Amino acid sequence: MADHASQSPDSKYEVVIGLETHVHLRTASKLFSPAPVLYGEEPNHSVHPVCLALPGVLPVLNRHAVELAIRACLATHCTVHERSIFARKNYFYPDLPKGYQISQFEEPLATKGWIEIVIDGADSGESVSEKGDVEPTNKRIRLTRIHMEEDAGKSIHDEGIAGSDATLVDLNRCGVPLVEIVSEPDLRSAAEVSAYLRTLRSLLRYTEVSHADMELGQLRCDVNISLRIRGEQEYGTRTELKNLNSFRFIEEAIEAEVKRQTAILDEGGEILQATLRYDPERRETFVMRLKEDSDDYRYFPDPDLIPLVVSAQEIERIRRQIPELAEQKCERFQSEHGLSEYAATQLTQTRALSDFFEATAVAHGQPKSVANWVLRDVMQATKECDLEIDAIALTPEQLANLIRLVDDGKTTAKSASALLPELVRLGGDPVALVRERGLEAVSDTGVIDQAVADVIAENPENVEKYHQGDEKVINFLMGQVMKKTQGKANPASVREALARVLDQ
Amino acid sequence: MSTAFATIDELRTALDSGKSSVVEIVTDCIERAEASQDSIHAFIGLRAAGAIDDAKRADARRASGEVLSPLDGIPVAIKDNMVQAGEPTTCASRILEGFVSPYTATAVERLERAGAIIIGRTNMDEFAMGSSTEHSHFGPTRNPWDLTRTPGGSSGGSAAAVAAGIVPAALGSDTGGSIRQPAAFCGVVGMKPTYGRVSRWGLVAFASSLDQIGAFARTARDCAEVIEVIAGHDHRDSTSIPAPVPHYAESFHGDLNGVTLGIPTEYFEAEGVDSDVLESVRAAIGQFEKAGAKTVEVSLPHTRYAIATYYLIANAEASSNLARFDGVRYGHRSRDANGLTQMYRKTRSEGFGTEVQRRIVLGTYVLSAGYYDAYYRKAQQVRTLVRSDFERAFETCDALVTPTSPEVAFAFGDKTDDPLTMYLSDIYTASANLAGIPGVSIPCGRVGGLPVGLQLLGKPLDETTPLRVADAYQRATDHHLHHAGSSE
Amino acid sequence: MSHINRSQIDRVAELARLSLSDEEADRLSIELDSFLGYVETLNELNTEGIVPTSHPIPLSTPMRDDLPEPPIDPELAIRNAPESAGSAFVVPKVIDSESL
Repeated sequence: MADHASQSPDSKYEVVIGLETHVHLRTASKLFSPAPVLYGEEPNHSVHPVCLALPGVLPVLNRHAVELAIRACLATHCTVHERSIFARKNYFYPDLPKGYQISQFEEPLATKGWIEIVIDGADSGESVSEKGDVEPTNKRIRLTRIHMEEDAGKSIHDEGIAGSDATLVDLNRCGVPLVEIVSEPDLRSAAEVSAYLRTLRSLLRYTEVSHADMELGQLRCDVNISLRIRGEQEYGTRTELKNLNSFRFIEEAIEAEVKRQTAILDEGGEILQATLRYDPERRETFVMRLKEDSDDYRYFPDPDLIPLVVSAQEIERIRRQIPELAEQKCERFQSEHGLSEYAATQLTQTRALSDFFEATAVAHGQPKSVANWVLRDVMQATKECDLEIDAIALTPEQLANLIRLVDDGKTTAKSASALLPELVRLGGDPVALVRERGLEAVSDTGVIDQAVADVIAENPENVEKYHQGDEKVINFLMGQVMKKTQGKANPASVREALARVLDQ
Repeated sequence: MSTAFATIDELRTALDSGKSSVVEIVTDCIERAEASQDSIHAFIGLRAAGAIDDAKRADARRASGEVLSPLDGIPVAIKDNMVQAGEPTTCASRILEGFVSPYTATAVERLERAGAIIIGRTNMDEFAMGSSTEHSHFGPTRNPWDLTRTPGGSSGGSAAAVAAGIVPAALGSDTGGSIRQPAAFCGVVGMKPTYGRVSRWGLVAFASSLDQIGAFARTARDCAEVIEVIAGHDHRDSTSIPAPVPHYAESFHGDLNGVTLGIPTEYFEAEGVDSDVLESVRAAIGQFEKAGAKTVEVSLPHTRYAIATYYLIANAEASSNLARFDGVRYGHRSRDANGLTQMYRKTRSEGFGTEVQRRIVLGTYVLSAGYYDAYYRKAQQVRTLVRSDFERAFETCDALVTPTSPEVAFAFGDKTDDPLTMYLSDIYTASANLAGIPGVSIPCGRVGGLPVGLQLLGKPLDETTPLRVADAYQRATDHHLHHAGSSE
Repeated sequence: MSHINRSQIDRVAELARLSLSDEEADRLSIELDSFLGYVETLNELNTEGIVPTSHPIPLSTPMRDDLPEPPIDPELAIRNAPESAGSAFVVPKVIDSESL
């Protein structure tokens, strides 16, 4: 985010961006073929005669894909149409075996929805308040339409593998179900695009529509960008950045394209409608082809498929299946569990994390304390173990028991925290572990009194300071006592013993 | 016994009585097919070894008293646009050079399960585009009645194979008349069932919303038996109709009491219709009345728009259906191409014949930007009008009677110079595909020694009435018993 | 009236990935012109408000359960290919001057 000059509020141009986002639906089989959806297979190891477009094969629609697509539409406030049409988009490319893609054109599955995004003031030209402070603001991004389509295969142009004059074609991805989510040109900066995509991704994951893993190509987007003089109503000529698949590249590519267009306009030039590619090495966008010689896709209704009809009752049934979304959950965590907005927001980043928190909170009974444990100690332990929260062995019940041991003074927070990496990796009974490892908190007054006496004898200057009124010194002395007891002493007992001796 | 020109019924009797074995029948069949290749050329490929193996298994089943169906052990030919696992499929095109299918078409699979013996793949117009079987990469099929004439098309090989007495039955496909017109030209029975009756899974698509698999046979009864086996819902075809298939012969009463037949005025007044053909059809109508049928005049006012509508829709769909033949995954690939685009263009122009390329160009044009509404959408709207013509006509009758073709079999080269003349010969058949209704062609006499076909069209899903009328006619007449080379 | 000219034929041949000789393209433009002249007859009909039929049987599309079937043997998948490497299909590379 180094270069903001081109889109800062004092720039002469306003950036206008619309997104077409392609999302893989989380199905076991493909959209029109019973081939399994698998990632990372050898070329052509998850294909079926339908994916190969052998002569005579026919498509049959996957019901679960339709349900997931409708779920995505409902979660983004779109109007789902009871009747929609699958059309053929005709073009030749080696990774498109039929010579057409089955998509939707006229009469898509859904139209007119929106997503609300939160923009940090620092990232947006629009939200700097009069005082110069930056405040997060909410912004509604309108969606034009959502339609279903099948993904294409992959052409592999690696010269090392294929030789210099050939391309390899792998059709494993061919036919994987997608929804294409088309936004209105409501986005105004790379940061807004980023916020939009993060919100969309969280929403798709929460509703279990998609894993939305960008690295696996499950979430990809085409970015349409134009500039206009601030205050103008009419849009400028737009260019399209194709197939961007990481947040970093998307932001960089937008910055680069805004810079390119600004330079052209500043020189009095004209933007040509074109498809561009982003070169991350050079951090520049360059034109792949002009829209003048654009394809003529010859869309027409696919005669192998009859219109898709979904009844209003069916749409309602799917609506009822939609799990609580992050936004709603965040609000509920604040009102129901009394969490701070910060903690609630953090805990609802992913569905897995929020589910883990809530189950632990129920098992333990004190949500605020659990929130602290989860956000601080558990998160740190999972990070250390290089695990995702949904892959850890620690169960909510085990964590609740562990926290209870601390609450009851049976072990110290430090000892409990030290146990977490192991629990995260392997799970286990905290009560037994604390006992086996000798991590019980030491409440034995004899041991503590001895340690206190030693520390006081070893730190005369600090004792002196304490007596002169510097009460904070007690924390240092406590730390020394804890060290002497290898962190196992019950802190409350230590504090009590120290105070008793010092105040004598 | 000699099995040439035998019906399914006769072969089954011979098998049941032990007079013939399946191996004998199939061996005879293949010998006849091979012997007629030079003259008639009905086949693109014969399955000699595979068919004999299948025949042995059928005999073994019979010996152990385990007969799979009435078609068990009956030899059948299939048009070379239906795939069978382990066998080539060519669609009579160079573009499918070397292609061997890893899977089997539903219709073919149902024949196999019924115990029928697939003896080979029949010749056709390339990708079923034509009405004469002249447009085959492997050379034309000749009409068994007169070798200087075409057998009709596009399923000309299947029609000729039955007409020449090689097989008692064969499968064909019908997009605008490709079963009924060659049946008429070759003097055999040919039926196109309701769209969606027979699964299209494994049928190489020409025009998806019009294509339908059907059958050829010597009698209406045999034809009904084959249709019964191949018809029925298939979950692999989204356009397959989930309706039960009746046992057609149960309705074959011999009389036509209670049946009302509609005579579409427009079909008898069309331009360029051979008057002798019309006379044969009128005589047959007299025969229907004698059997107890009532006749009424009906009107199908949009008939004259059907050919234009049909060719716009069929070619648009074909241009997209044939895009998969690109030299990447199977079939022909040009050897002297530089770069991907050139590889595509040379492969396709070397692989597809003239007629196929003509139709691809036409279909691509009518779908292209700026023309879609004027041509494709307009044609789909007129299709609605053609459909409602039939709906209205069927309010007053149970089936329609028409000529199948305006003329008898034409000579080679007669219509190849002007594609439009060729297209116009589908005038009586294409409407049924637009409306999706079933139709059967039966022989009803001869003009100049060549067979004349009569077409019976039924309501959607009612194959029974046209078949019942055809059967009653064949009980009362002997036109179907004449065959090429038979003495009068 | 002429409906289609040579340059349109060339454009269509490019879209359809066909390689036509001059002679073929000229002949096709005459034949297609005559066909398009013939289909003009449809303009005699007023079709305003008429619902297009894209399918003869009015049904809604059936759906299947999301149950994967085993994939085709990769060896079988590429057996018919004119050219392959490992289990992948091989095609000539796109040349820069080619439009796609």
